[in-house]
Amino acid sequence: MKKRSWYFTCGMGLTAFMLLYIVVGFFWTPCDPTALSSADKLAAPSAAHIFGCDHLGRDVFSRTLAGAGTTLVIALAVVAVGFVFGLIIGALCGYYGGVLDSVVMRLCDAITAFPSILLAMVVIAITGAGTYNVIAALGVLFIPSFARLTRGEFIKYRERDFVKAAKLAHVSDLRILFVHILPNTWPVLLSGLTIGFNNAVLSEASMSFLGIGVGPSEASLGRMLSEGQSVLLSAPWCTFFPALVIILLVLGVGLLGEAARERIG
Amino acid sequence: MLLNVEDLSVVFHDVQTPLPAVKDVSFCLEDGEILGIVGESGSGKSTVAHAIMGLLDPGSSQVTGRAIFGGTDLLALTPEALRRYQGKEISIIFQDPMTSLNPTMTVGAQVEETLRIHTGMSRAERKRRALEAMTLAELDEPERLYRCYPHQLSGGMRQRVMIASALASRPRLLIADEPTTALDVTIQAELLRTLGEINRREGVSILFISHDLGVIRRLCRRVIVMQGGQIVEQGDAEAVFTHPQEDYTRQIIASRPTRRKRRGGNADGG
Repeated sequence: MKKRSWYFTCGMGLTAFMLLYIVVGFFWTPCDPTALSSADKLAAPSAAHIFGCDHLGRDVFSRTLAGAGTTLVIALAVVAVGFVFGLIIGALCGYYGGVLDSVVMRLCDAITAFPSILLAMVVIAITGAGTYNVIAALGVLFIPSFARLTRGEFIKYRERDFVKAAKLAHVSDLRILFVHILPNTWPVLLSGLTIGFNNAVLSEASMSFLGIGVGPSEASLGRMLSEGQSVLLSAPWCTFFPALVIILLVLGVGLLGEAARERIG
Repeated sequence: MLLNVEDLSVVFHDVQTPLPAVKDVSFCLEDGEILGIVGESGSGKSTVAHAIMGLLDPGSSQVTGRAIFGGTDLLALTPEALRRYQGKEISIIFQDPMTSLNPTMTVGAQVEETLRIHTGMSRAERKRRALEAMTLAELDEPERLYRCYPHQLSGGMRQRVMIASALASRPRLLIADEPTTALDVTIQAELLRTLGEINRREGVSILFISHDLGVIRRLCRRVIVMQGGQIVEQGDAEAVFTHPQEDYTRQIIASRPTRRKRRGGNADGG
């Protein structure tokens, strides 16, 4: 058995810590993350507000706790949408090939060719802002990359002897796809999932930063960065702490993905 | 008579000029017989087997002639009608046991797969039959191996698993396409003995394809020698081996390394 890698240990530790941070944020925050207080406006970090306060006097620590939760839920939902549809589309295209494959893959090319944030902005402009619309818009944008990854794996395995043998024994296509081939692709798909998750966190942050993400009342890490931008020099804690939370979250999952790739390679 | 192949020809069309791979091959296989087909790479020996099994892509190849199996011409059947035979009445063992097993499925699941498709057996019945087939293939401790994954098995054991899964559906004909080529010589000998034993105990006919006349001689009473898509010689394996009638057969026999020849080679400085 291979020794557990440095990547795995650090990634696991960091991810566990961030998950704990987020779970705590769901149940408890030191202050109400939306409570305004003109007295604490842009207050520097202190014992009462360890991460300081923003331009409306809201506690930054409480807001990163709540905001990280929002970001995580959106990122997970986006990855879930992209992964499930991408898996089905990629599996069918890779296994059957032919005209279906060509048409669907060109469509994916078209989606990937556009800057994703621009496309998401167009979708949000049409449907309006809001958590569900953000998930839908980003989810659709995440389908092509998963579809391509899955397709490549299924093309690789459809020519394997054991798949040919299963075909020869007249195993149904559905069973070949999901029982014979799919388990073989998990290592690659899982490391793809970690990359996808990180991209989703960053995309959500970018969209909220641009003001087309979650609603103004909700805390989100991207929105906090955007709001802190104007006071970046006078009150750096407004941007530093949410940025730190994003970095730690992405880094932890990224290390796990690296560990997964290490195991395959 | 179990299988009677008459005037079988195969032409491949997916190359620039049509390539005749098999020309007017006729032979028969009796119930319970082991028939060997020997020939070099490209002699058409595997193509014959694939044509009988209906494994050739109809888009790129044209098969003519007859392959009468138990009174039915397999070559005249529709793909749907052929399904009854493929993997059920006729099973095939491929050359490379390393790539023919799915690394993510247990040995038991893979041996049972044809039963799942071709019979209405319950889970318990399938398991019982799978263990029976594994015992026939002379796998020790079938109960334990049933839950193992292929990477936990050696090459010889994997090939026995392939044999077990081919036997699970109680086929009448087993096509073995170079089943021992990927294995080392001692494992090869044991596997040949097992195949002979299965033939005796179960009465299943075996069409054994190999480039190695020595392997065929150990297992088969009758042998067909193929070259360039045609049968150049056929008859009693022992007779073909000791008194080959054709130059080509002599060449195949001469190409086998023997202790005497190696010594001669060393004396020549090679």
